[in-house]
Amino acid sequence: MAAVPLRRPLDAETVVVPVGQVFVIPERCKGCRFCIEFCPEQVLVESDRMNAKGYRYPVVADGKERACVNCGFCRLICPEFAIYTEEIR
Amino acid sequence: MSGEIYVQAHPVDHLVRADRLPHIWCPGCGLGSATACFASAMVDSGLPLDKQVVVSGIGCTGRVAGYLNVDSFHTTHGRAIPFAIGLKLANPELQVTVFSGDGDMFAIGGNHFLHAARRNVDLNVVCINNFNYGMTGGQFGPTTPLGARTTTTPHGNAEPPFNLVHVASSLGAVFVARWTVLHIRQLHRSMLRALDKRGFRFIEVLAPCPVGFGKSNDIGEGLDEMWFYRRQCVIDPETDLAQATIEMKHDSRIVLGDFVDIERPVFRPSGWEE
Ligand SMILES: Cc1ncc(C[n+]2csc(CCOP(=O)(O)OP(=O)(O)O)c2C)c(N)n1
Ligand code: SF4
Ligand code: SF4
Ligand code: SF4
Ligand SMILES: [Mg+2]
Repeated sequence: MAAVPLRRPLDAETVVVPVGQVFVIPERCKGCRFCIEFCPEQVLVESDRMNAKGYRYPVVADGKERACVNCGFCRLICPEFAIYTEEIR
Repeated sequence: MSGEIYVQAHPVDHLVRADRLPHIWCPGCGLGSATACFASAMVDSGLPLDKQVVVSGIGCTGRVAGYLNVDSFHTTHGRAIPFAIGLKLANPELQVTVFSGDGDMFAIGGNHFLHAARRNVDLNVVCINNFNYGMTGGQFGPTTPLGARTTTTPHGNAEPPFNLVHVASSLGAVFVARWTVLHIRQLHRSMLRALDKRGFRFIEVLAPCPVGFGKSNDIGEGLDEMWFYRRQCVIDPETDLAQATIEMKHDSRIVLGDFVDIERPVFRPSGWEE
């Protein structure tokens, strides 16, 4: 089958994709995993450590330190006000 | 380059009573997501926060009013809408949002909903539909899908449910939408549209209640219900609302969208001065 060229936005060269810094409030997390499973860039994984209530909060996956695009999804979906991001580029 | 940074506070903490966090809602419950989304929409609407008020009834959803750090009132069961109408008429500059559950708003409070929508009272109404009475132990209610198992319908619910968006639009609500808490960006945008309109605005928000509904209906935990939404939902703003009943079956679709956006004269009691 002939290769189909990937569709690219016309302004792909000029658009700067933002980079986000992830902030977490570990003690608020109840471990629902909404942020981890539905982050569009798969930036987050469960922590090795538990918080005081025994929940594993989200941390940035190894190698994903600059993968967050600051889309704000995790902040909106987190039921516990336990995660947010800020643009660093 | 570092990964996550640990902090103690959140950018919308000023809008929630952060001293009351963590809230009472169960792990995997969708209520916190809907609340976080609405808190952001309140800020992003640009309306002064001292002009925005929130009224809830009774239930797990009824707790929302108590967690938001604006003027709010947790009314008696089913009476959020009449209380909100009074607020709105006495102080017309307020942006009054009613935030309550399917049972509160459509069982005991159903009559108030019908008449407020019919009159086009200037209210922003958000109903969290988790298909059951979560707070009191998972009883069936007016939005429980046909055949669903709850503590009071152990052999399957025999009653057809309300199709809330169809009810609202048939009564002339000027803005009608349905989203799930997984579709949180669309919900946020929809809340902003609703906050920017006058008249009776209605958003149905589907949310997991793993304790009262998910586990007894082959759906599972909150996260499983989110994946269920991902698989089963279709966005179709032009859909025929009469057909938009929710079945919550693994082979049935859930239609989402901002369905109605019209203008209609807003309610003023007869005889009131301009
Ligand atoms: C007059 C009265 N009747 C019954 C109750 C018991 N009750 C408390 S919450 C509730 C149902 C709440 O269901 P819903 O509005 O769907 O809220 P959820 O907990 O699911 O968010 C009932 C029947 C009550 N508090 N007051
Ligand atoms: S802001 Fe978006 S990309 Fe960044 S961690 Fe959150 S969900 Fe993922
Ligand atoms: S969404 Fe919030 S509560 Fe759920 S796992 Fe992520 S940080 Fe924890
Ligand atoms: S009982 Fe259901 S609605 Fe109530 S907090 Fe728990 S999961 Fe949420
Ligand atoms: Mg309910």
